[in-house]
Amino acid sequence: MQWETVIGLEIHVQLATKTKIFSGASTAFGAAPNTQACAVDLGLPGILPVVNEEAINMAIKFGLGIDAEINKVNVFERKNYFYPDLPKGYQTTQLEKPIVGAGHVDITLTDGSTKRIRVHHAHLEEDAGKSLHEDFHGMSGIDLNRAGTPLIEIVTEPDIRNAEEAVAFAKKLHSIVTTLGICDGEMSQGSMRFDVNVSVRPKGQKELGTRTETKNLNSFKFMEAAIFKEVERQIELIEDGGTVIQETRLYNGDTGEARSMRSKEEANDYRYFPCPDLLPVIIDDSRLEKLKAEMPEMPDAKKARFITDFGLSDYDAEILSADQATAHYFEATVSVSDDAKLSANWIMGDLSKSLNQNGMSIPESPVSADMLGGLIKRIKDNTISGKIAKEVFEVLWQGECSTADEVIEKKGLKQVTDTGAIEAMIDEVLASNAQQVENYRAAPEDKRGKMIGFFVGQCMKASKGKANPGMVNQILKQKLDG
Amino acid sequence: MAIDASGIKKVAHLARLSIDDNAVEATTATIGSILELVDRMQAVDTQGVEPLAHPLDAIQRLRPDIVTEENQREQLQSCAPAVEEGLFLVPRVIE
Repeated sequence: MQWETVIGLEIHVQLATKTKIFSGASTAFGAAPNTQACAVDLGLPGILPVVNEEAINMAIKFGLGIDAEINKVNVFERKNYFYPDLPKGYQTTQLEKPIVGAGHVDITLTDGSTKRIRVHHAHLEEDAGKSLHEDFHGMSGIDLNRAGTPLIEIVTEPDIRNAEEAVAFAKKLHSIVTTLGICDGEMSQGSMRFDVNVSVRPKGQKELGTRTETKNLNSFKFMEAAIFKEVERQIELIEDGGTVIQETRLYNGDTGEARSMRSKEEANDYRYFPCPDLLPVIIDDSRLEKLKAEMPEMPDAKKARFITDFGLSDYDAEILSADQATAHYFEATVSVSDDAKLSANWIMGDLSKSLNQNGMSIPESPVSADMLGGLIKRIKDNTISGKIAKEVFEVLWQGECSTADEVIEKKGLKQVTDTGAIEAMIDEVLASNAQQVENYRAAPEDKRGKMIGFFVGQCMKASKGKANPGMVNQILKQKLDG
Repeated sequence: MAIDASGIKKVAHLARLSIDDNAVEATTATIGSILELVDRMQAVDTQGVEPLAHPLDAIQRLRPDIVTEENQREQLQSCAPAVEEGLFLVPRVIE
């Protein structure tokens, strides 16, 4: 039987505020346990939460970024359950009146097609703390630094049909929130976490199958793997005559194993009610207008501009516009190099290779956009060849010099473009390879193209890579074909 | 909206309240009478009335995003029954 997969995602995005959503404690990552958990975060008696204005602004910006309706009246509710990392006994969240209404995100698939994924809504809520289960004399340790960190939970419609679309959506969302500056995008620190709802149904069937939810996936890779695994499990189960039960599952990225999570007892009865400690938050037009004016260029608009203004391919434009840092770097490089295509190639090629090898991100690159732009400028004006440029790049990466010109000068890498000098060098190469010259001349026309490579190689070697390859080719051909 | 003894036990468990077995009957009756009142209120036609999120006719003031609470761990953990390496210790929880 042909099966169709139906996927909906819930994404928790940590907002990049300096303080918690309801308290003035810091949200900085990596602090010593419980040093950033104040009385409000601990839920001590007598506390009163006060909403962080910036969390509201960031959530609105997200809504504007996905073309969603912004709800002007916002009510916070209590979702009641008991767990040690939730000291208040409830999570303050939104249910009936989420801040962001229905919107949409367009994704680009590998075959170049685009697909619209509808967002059902996004609501504001607080994060919980962390439980550490290493053995503390048979007890668990609780760190509440994360408790009260502002989150938006983004809920999609079940529009996603496979793992590729899910990953494309997740990446696009990452690009949107980092462009907006509302999330640092650090997946390894849990800044974006995905819950994946998966069901399968016979192709053509209208009703949805029973879904399972795999929670807390914190990388694109894990999400993809978890989807593959779950789809396979459900299909096998049904084909063997079983039925899928609605449950929460956990996927372990390190072992690649998934298991059913012992469901929290009667966990789905959260007894929501409006939080009496918080008044409704009203979003007025002046706030909306101010935030609209502050909106940066979104990835889709940026991509379109890169294609029209710089003549980039769809593929290149997609990659270079995906995150703010890369887009900035690209534009800064082009402003110096004045060559968009070469700049794109270098950023997606040598630069990203070096960054990957060193586990660095673009803002940490030892080769700045200015430096790379200066290097590309010298390729463009024929001062150096593309091959020598790689050498120059390496020197810049090592931090030995601060500009390409300095490297070229110091190491004497300037390309030889003097016709006389190149001719003399070619003559020498031809003289010392008389046999090959004879073979070449005896060879039929269609074989010669390949054979000339040998001479080009010899010439480049003789010039230590500094001869202009175009000129070498041209003069060689003239001399050999005589 | 009636509630029976098993409903009372379930709600008590969700709220982590312990009710003596011999108090279940009386509690069921008390809560039951509150629910009757709720039933009566629900009979009122509320079409076109906005649900009330808060009894006060006021709106939430917002707070600037500035750190005002510095580390108070020592003080805040002084009332905790068990603490180690800065962590609160609780009976072991395993999912």
